[in-house]
Amino acid sequence: MNINFTLIAQAIAFAILIWFTVKFVWPPLLGAIEKRQKEIADGLAAAQEGKASLEIAEKKSAQSLGEAKQKAAEIISQAEKRASEILEDAKNQAKEEGDRIILGAKAEIDQEVNRAKETLRSQVSSLAIAGAEKILLKEIDKKAHSDMLNKLAKEL
Amino acid sequence: MEHEGTLSSPSQYIEHHLSFNTQGAEASFWTIHIDTIVMSIMLGLIAMGLIWMVAKKATAGVPSKAQAFVELIFDFVDDQVKNIFHGNRHTFIAPAALTVFVWVLVMNAMDFLPVDIMAAIYSFLGIHKWRSVPTSDVNTTFALALAVWFLMIYFGIKVKGLGGWVHELYSAPFGTKFWVWPFNFLFNLIEYVSKPLSHSLRLFGNMYAGEVIFLLLGLWAATGVSGLFFGALLGAGWSIFHILIVVLQAFIFMMLTVVYLAMAHEGH
Repeated sequence: MNINFTLIAQAIAFAILIWFTVKFVWPPLLGAIEKRQKEIADGLAAAQEGKASLEIAEKKSAQSLGEAKQKAAEIISQAEKRASEILEDAKNQAKEEGDRIILGAKAEIDQEVNRAKETLRSQVSSLAIAGAEKILLKEIDKKAHSDMLNKLAKEL
Repeated sequence: MEHEGTLSSPSQYIEHHLSFNTQGAEASFWTIHIDTIVMSIMLGLIAMGLIWMVAKKATAGVPSKAQAFVELIFDFVDDQVKNIFHGNRHTFIAPAALTVFVWVLVMNAMDFLPVDIMAAIYSFLGIHKWRSVPTSDVNTTFALALAVWFLMIYFGIKVKGLGGWVHELYSAPFGTKFWVWPFNFLFNLIEYVSKPLSHSLRLFGNMYAGEVIFLLLGLWAATGVSGLFFGALLGAGWSIFHILIVVLQAFIFMMLTVVYLAMAHEGH
């Protein structure tokens, strides 16, 4: 092992090699690695954010879904109520209408009966008079007898 | 081929495999180990060049498999530096640590090349002395350790100022009383001497010893059938164990580099 000029040559080579690495090899590798590290960190952060916002959105959608369900239930119950109301109304109206018709019919029947009675009365009285005329075959005080007969007819 | 003739002489075999391809006057300071320099620079260029090519196309999106692999190394080094050094590590220390780790790792990994097959290939190319593992040359490890040592002093002065740094030489670790100054200075002197020595010799020793053991197993394999069997078996075992050593030593070298530079940034 003899020390000689080789040492100096090797030291120079070493210095140049270090300079080369410092200048050309290390910076691009460091840049690429640091950039990737940053990108990964950013990506992870973004994923975290996305997760959080997804959670919020899920909560929101669940909430609005609940609200919609509630509203729908409300609407349905209102509609049912309204339907039963309408049905009730219709029933009442129909009943009233029926009652009215029945009343009208009754009144008409009464009227008809009265009219028939009236006709019958007048016919009875005139028949009675005619019968009496025929039976008696003589002159009768028409006026006095018709008063009496009318009274009689009214009693029918 | 040349080394086939040397099989009969173990010391020649080992000497052959452990001698450098030198250029310039032998045993003079101006000698250059061509093999060490060529191998280390080539490996450095290939390794850092491959990482550079991946880094150029680095995307923050889904990474390619090559980029994922480079990022694995990057993260590994960055994590270690982050735990030790609490300043802006991206301007110098972390990339320096990456360089040290990758470069030392690939240089150590040359130990996996089977010595005799590589020697045959080299001699086929007309090269008779060629050592493949630059980190088993003490010049390489010492160069790295000394470079780190200078960086240590540079950062010490840069962070604390020249006065602060000199003050620390005399006042740490025992205190600022004037009669402990010599002890402090002696302590720091020993520390500053021992740091590069232990730093470089640990790596050198491990890689050199690994190479020698491969050579010894190679020698054994040349002694006959049982030698071949056990030599091959133990060679395989040592190779597998060496995977651990290669990576571990590269890791230790990088960690010490980071620790020394981090210590230079912190006051005692």
